[in-house]
Amino acid sequence: MLEMTQIFKVFYEGTPDEKIALNKVDLSMRPGDFVTVIGSNGAGKSTLMNVISGKLVPDVGTVMIDGGNMTSLPEHKRAVKIGRVFQDPMAGTAPTMTIEENLAIAYNRTKKRSLGFGVTKKRRDFYREKLEMLHLGLEDRLQAKVGLLSGGERQALSLLMATFTDPKILLLDEHTAALDPARAELITNLTKEIVRKLGLTTLMVTHNMQQALDLGNRLIMMDKGQIIFEADEQEKQELTIEKLLAEFQKIKGGGGLSDRSLLS
Amino acid sequence: MMTAMFGAVESGVIYAIMALGVYLSFRVLDFPDLTVDGSFVTGGAVASIMIVNGYDPFIATIFALFAGFLAGCMTGLLHTKGGINPLLSGILMMIALYSINLRIMGKPNVPLLAEETVITKIESWFASDWSIFLFMLIVTLMIKVLSDLFLKTEVGLSLRAVGDNEGMVRSFSANTGWMKVLGLGLSNALVAFSGALVAQYNGFSDVGMGIGMIVIGLASVIIGEAVIGNSSIARATLAVVIGAVLYRIIVTLALRIEFLDTGDMKLITAIIVIIALIMPKVLDKQKAAARKKKRLVQLNGEGGGPVA
Repeated sequence: MLEMTQIFKVFYEGTPDEKIALNKVDLSMRPGDFVTVIGSNGAGKSTLMNVISGKLVPDVGTVMIDGGNMTSLPEHKRAVKIGRVFQDPMAGTAPTMTIEENLAIAYNRTKKRSLGFGVTKKRRDFYREKLEMLHLGLEDRLQAKVGLLSGGERQALSLLMATFTDPKILLLDEHTAALDPARAELITNLTKEIVRKLGLTTLMVTHNMQQALDLGNRLIMMDKGQIIFEADEQEKQELTIEKLLAEFQKIKGGGGLSDRSLLS
Repeated sequence: MMTAMFGAVESGVIYAIMALGVYLSFRVLDFPDLTVDGSFVTGGAVASIMIVNGYDPFIATIFALFAGFLAGCMTGLLHTKGGINPLLSGILMMIALYSINLRIMGKPNVPLLAEETVITKIESWFASDWSIFLFMLIVTLMIKVLSDLFLKTEVGLSLRAVGDNEGMVRSFSANTGWMKVLGLGLSNALVAFSGALVAQYNGFSDVGMGIGMIVIGLASVIIGEAVIGNSSIARATLAVVIGAVLYRIIVTLALRIEFLDTGDMKLITAIIVIIALIMPKVLDKQKAAARKKKRLVQLNGEGGGPVA
């Protein structure tokens, strides 16, 4: 479903600040794959997301989605195949517009926008039915402005808006990181439920190792722009946080001196 | 006094169309578009030069609308394709339009007093003091309702979302660049349409008649929102129309003060906008202070005696 080959992305090339954000990254996802991505800040996770979504164009390499070459397609054209949820609950919705109007905008992701009304009686019933999936009572507040919702409710709505039109690929960019533990769990469970129900091919970035282990069927770890560890379906089932940390230490420490040996 | 007031309301209704255009760019797209100062004159220039050359005044006014649409699209292209900052693209277009307007008219002022205009036609159809006012009111309200409906269509919704959260609309596959071009085009089409009507109403079109038009538009939008509110689209556009009329009334009243003359108009406009912008904040602060006082009294009443 997603095929990334030999992706290279360098920021500030030729200056002292030069940073290789992605260094020869290959990633392939089959339909229905749910891959979780972990890694420290600056490892290249967000750049990876942005290269897939089209916000960034890779220096070298190709991005194929659903069999089509998307490498140089602008963001809004790729969006026909991609659903996205951002880290910031403010980022995925339009605050001065109502819940039903936001859903109408999302509804048009895969269709050309016309001069027909975005909210009709038939569509409203459809939106209400979809909102019921969230179990938050939003189906009774269709005409409420989204700016009045809490962060958790907004993020749940963003998740619904990104998924109810069956995207070929779902990108989740630390979408629970800005929420309190209870809300984060709610969104995590919703994610699990929606992805399973629709069988979505999903890529999720997270800083929460437990979440990365709980969700999905594959896991990758990134560091310095490279995928340094990969666990397939079977390996992932046996993984624990301790094993992951040990793996990270082994790879990081393997090349040279560790902090401990420097100090002693 | 009454005739002056009636004139204020009458012209206010015509200027309301311009204010609706400013509402589209300033509020809906969140794009402070200074093109307005130029496109308002473009509308007047196109209409008057066509009328002078013998075209039907209604057709001339429609052409003014298209000219404004083109001007707005140009500003949009400068911003989206050229990557120029929104304010600067508007200013550049405004300056460019000054020369273009002179070219269209061929001279700085085109008188229409001897010509057959939309205004004289209406007066000849319905001989009444109210004919111009009622006709313009119907036209303005029709444009208001059409804007309301448009902003609820699929295209209109994504246009509104562009001003609200651009990244979000793009992630739902809307071409935000074209949305902005379209929005600015429509906005300036309304402005030029209003300019064409104002030129015919005043009986001349002048290359300087657009100076400060954006501020008048903003004043109308802000006054309207302060009085009527903007909880829904229909209400916000109604607020703009009423704001435009209120603005004219305020200016007429201000000009009755002996000390002020017509040259002070722009200053009065600027002061009205400043007051309309600052007043809501001052009122909010006062309300918050009053609430705090009330809460303190409540607390002290229960606790018995003031807290040190």
